[in-house]
Amino acid sequence: MTRRDLLAYLPGLTLLLFLAPVAAGLIGTWLPAFGYFPALEGHGFSLLPWQMLLAHPGLPESLRLTLLSGFLATLTSFLLTIVFLAACHGGRIILAIRGLMAPLLAVPHAAMALGLAFLIAPSGWLVRLVSPWATGWDLPPDVASLPDPNGLALTLGLVMKELPFLLLMTLSALEHSRADERLAIARSLGYGPVMAWMKTVLPAVYRQIRLPIYAVLAYSLSVVDMAMILAPLSPPPLAVQVFRWFNDPDLTMRFVAAAGAVLQLLVVVAAIALWRLGEILAARLGRAWIAGGRRGGKGRALRVLVKAAIQTLVVLAAAGLLAMALWSVTRRWRYPDALPSSLSLDIWSRLGNDIVWTTGTTLISGLAAAFIALALVLGCLENEQRRGLTISTRALWLLYAPLLVPQVAFLFGSQVLSIQIGIDATWIALVWSHLLFVLPYVFLSLEDSYRALDERYSRTALCLGASPNRVFWRVKLPMLLRPVLFATAVGFAVSVTQYLPTLFAGGGRFVTLTTEAVSLSAGGDRRVMGVFAFLQAALPLAAFAAALALPKRLARSRALREQRA
Amino acid sequence: MRRRIALLPLLAACLSTLLTGTLGGAQREAAAAETRAWPEIVEAAKGQTVYWNAWGGDERINAYIAWVGERVWDDYGIMVRHVKLADTADAVSRVLAERAAGKTEGGSVDLIWINGENFATMKDNGLLYGPFTEALPNFALVDFADKPTTLVDFTVPTDGLEAPWGMAKLNFIYDSARVAETPGSIPALLDWAKANPGRFTYPTPPDFLGTTFLKQVLIELAPDPAFLQQPVADDAQVEQVARPLWEYLDALHPHLWRGGKTFPASGPAQRQLLDDGEVDFALSFYPSEASSAIANGLLPETARTFVLDEGTIGNTHFVAIPFNASAAAGALVVANFLMGPEAQAQKQNPEVWGDDTVLAMAKLAPADRKRFEDLPIGVATLAPEALGPTLLEPHPSWMTRIEAEWQRRYAR
Repeated sequence: MTRRDLLAYLPGLTLLLFLAPVAAGLIGTWLPAFGYFPALEGHGFSLLPWQMLLAHPGLPESLRLTLLSGFLATLTSFLLTIVFLAACHGGRIILAIRGLMAPLLAVPHAAMALGLAFLIAPSGWLVRLVSPWATGWDLPPDVASLPDPNGLALTLGLVMKELPFLLLMTLSALEHSRADERLAIARSLGYGPVMAWMKTVLPAVYRQIRLPIYAVLAYSLSVVDMAMILAPLSPPPLAVQVFRWFNDPDLTMRFVAAAGAVLQLLVVVAAIALWRLGEILAARLGRAWIAGGRRGGKGRALRVLVKAAIQTLVVLAAAGLLAMALWSVTRRWRYPDALPSSLSLDIWSRLGNDIVWTTGTTLISGLAAAFIALALVLGCLENEQRRGLTISTRALWLLYAPLLVPQVAFLFGSQVLSIQIGIDATWIALVWSHLLFVLPYVFLSLEDSYRALDERYSRTALCLGASPNRVFWRVKLPMLLRPVLFATAVGFAVSVTQYLPTLFAGGGRFVTLTTEAVSLSAGGDRRVMGVFAFLQAALPLAAFAAALALPKRLARSRALREQRA
Repeated sequence: MRRRIALLPLLAACLSTLLTGTLGGAQREAAAAETRAWPEIVEAAKGQTVYWNAWGGDERINAYIAWVGERVWDDYGIMVRHVKLADTADAVSRVLAERAAGKTEGGSVDLIWINGENFATMKDNGLLYGPFTEALPNFALVDFADKPTTLVDFTVPTDGLEAPWGMAKLNFIYDSARVAETPGSIPALLDWAKANPGRFTYPTPPDFLGTTFLKQVLIELAPDPAFLQQPVADDAQVEQVARPLWEYLDALHPHLWRGGKTFPASGPAQRQLLDDGEVDFALSFYPSEASSAIANGLLPETARTFVLDEGTIGNTHFVAIPFNASAAAGALVVANFLMGPEAQAQKQNPEVWGDDTVLAMAKLAPADRKRFEDLPIGVATLAPEALGPTLLEPHPSWMTRIEAEWQRRYAR
């Protein structure tokens, strides 16, 4: 078999590698949901799991929390994104915010949630900063700010994480939308800046960010780690409840858990369908609205408002992470002190061993998943270019599958599968489970630059007699070094974030910074949480910094070499 | 289209392994007693890695487990890896999943910190290795006479399937700088909560401290607590015995922190609330937890401990080995080390953890006894005679019923 043939099989292999566990996992979850699970004496099919699930007293409240936080977070992130881009189009603020969004995107959910939790608790940093001198609160107020009964803290946390994703995805979509031309025409017809953007750019952009929005919606509806830190726990949102059922020592609850997992999937599917319906409706109404010809004002108030909202989110995120870093070197920091009363590095030295192990596991799994994903993605893109293929919308949906299917809906089935083939609780299972989520993100962050590379470079090289492989290694890769490294950093950050996959595939034997941070969140010691949240955030940020710095260094050393020569 | 064809056989293959494998794993393992001599076990344990699944919610305990890891590495060449659980049930469920998949050896859990309903579940399902305790030299030092719960775990006989590790007793921590008078009984606690709205709460069940609080109320208010030592007979009995508990909670909840709408996630989380000043009491299972927390900078110097006049629930916590443990020999050696005087004294030190020993002082050599006599007591620790009577844990079936009913009533 020649190398070219191998390459041709790569896209199929890639899809298999990450769709098979999802599909098998779904089946392995659906069967028990309908009573079939021979290991637990479930030999026939029955609806009993569903009856038990629907009779669960906390279910309506769990669903309410899930739907409320999921929809609210998605809607808020979406509106903030488009209003911000509409109101600030072409402004320098967009560049500034874009620069801030990448690091925010890199920070794992759990770290962000822990930071936010400490900020907004009644005895948290925000209250501490103004108490008791301004508020008179010698003791913290008995206000339900964390967790709040409506899951708003979770919603806020989700927005802080999903807004950067949507903003960056929309910004990259804008580059393919000829937005400036559209705006110029609309503005020349007398439309205000916001109105012009909404009426001419949004319809073109929306189609491209539809999948990312669905991914955000699916994720927000099924998040577990953030919910465990920020949402009410009795009852918790649906995904957390399902996760708990899977861990219930009463084995019959496995059936209920499986039914709950299917319900979780149905909720996501229904939500996406509902959103789609909303799209159609908005498109209908929107056409009339666009045709109506209202020009709109300058939108200055809107600009100030949306800027303030986004800046607040960024400040909250940064302050939360800062608070975590501060806690990690604190000895004593009591309410209502605005700052720690005594500092020490005790916690760091006491946790020394733990830190080395967990950071090591996180690094190894993250780097392995990122590089495997990178190799597969590069292979697929290269194959596509050599054979002149274009990716279809349907293939794109497949790529998004692991991001659209709730983790809790298939991980149990995948776990049973991995036990079958004897790889559970091994590095293979761990890295593979991370790969499912790393791969789509690496692909998304690399495809544009890869396809945008001017074809004439490789054509020239080919004309000079270089083989396609040589062209790939000596021309394309060096030219694409920056995006390649950036995509690797994205993949690494995604791996660091993984909570449920690590638990299910790692069999509890693999402790990463994320599993550690989330399990510590139930305990009391903020200083220890601080250490792990800090490390958890620091690792991906370091990866991004390296991805930015490395090409510069390489370029400089090459320049020096050439000068010498 | 070619792609889809390639997918199908693989999926079918996945599915068939999934089904056949799960079919094969249904049989129950019969427990086999540990028969090897001690030196043989120690020899076999050398070089093993023991994955110890233990609740990881308290940093002081985690630090103690890390210390155990260093000690058994030095003495026996065994590597201990602490798998930190949010809930012990996670590990039970993992072993169950492994058996469901037919994994009867090479399991991922070697040692579990366990007691109560989790032990009952594992014992009932034949998921435990052993009986093994008789094979451990240090087991003979345990105080069976004065600490009967070392042999009977929540009314369930241990049958040598778990090795006693520590003694727990419910107590309350408060900040003496804020609270002068502490309630002496469960009814008095209700009055106190009414007089101080929003200042009391308890960890959310199924957290073990939360359920222990429910059981404390149950025992103190039940018309005839003797029923609780037997398995639940029927629904009517639960209804009758538990009615005072639910009436009590209905009266108490409106006066709790956050109006009884939410509860802290765990004991340590509530201890943090106490330190933050959000509540006035925290619950604890370790009589010297307050002293220990002060020493670790987690509570103010003015923190103190109180118990209830009629007594509080006490129990023993254990370590057990799953039937499919990969490193059973190593787990046995660790279990034995945990029961030894050195590890027990270290554990009882309030500057470390403050968990009471399971050993009988009279059975110890003088040098070992001195380890215990030399321990600091800690400012916030009550003397043993001030700790009050110890109430016995109800049968686990009660806990299961009460937990479910609590979820039904208050978690909606």
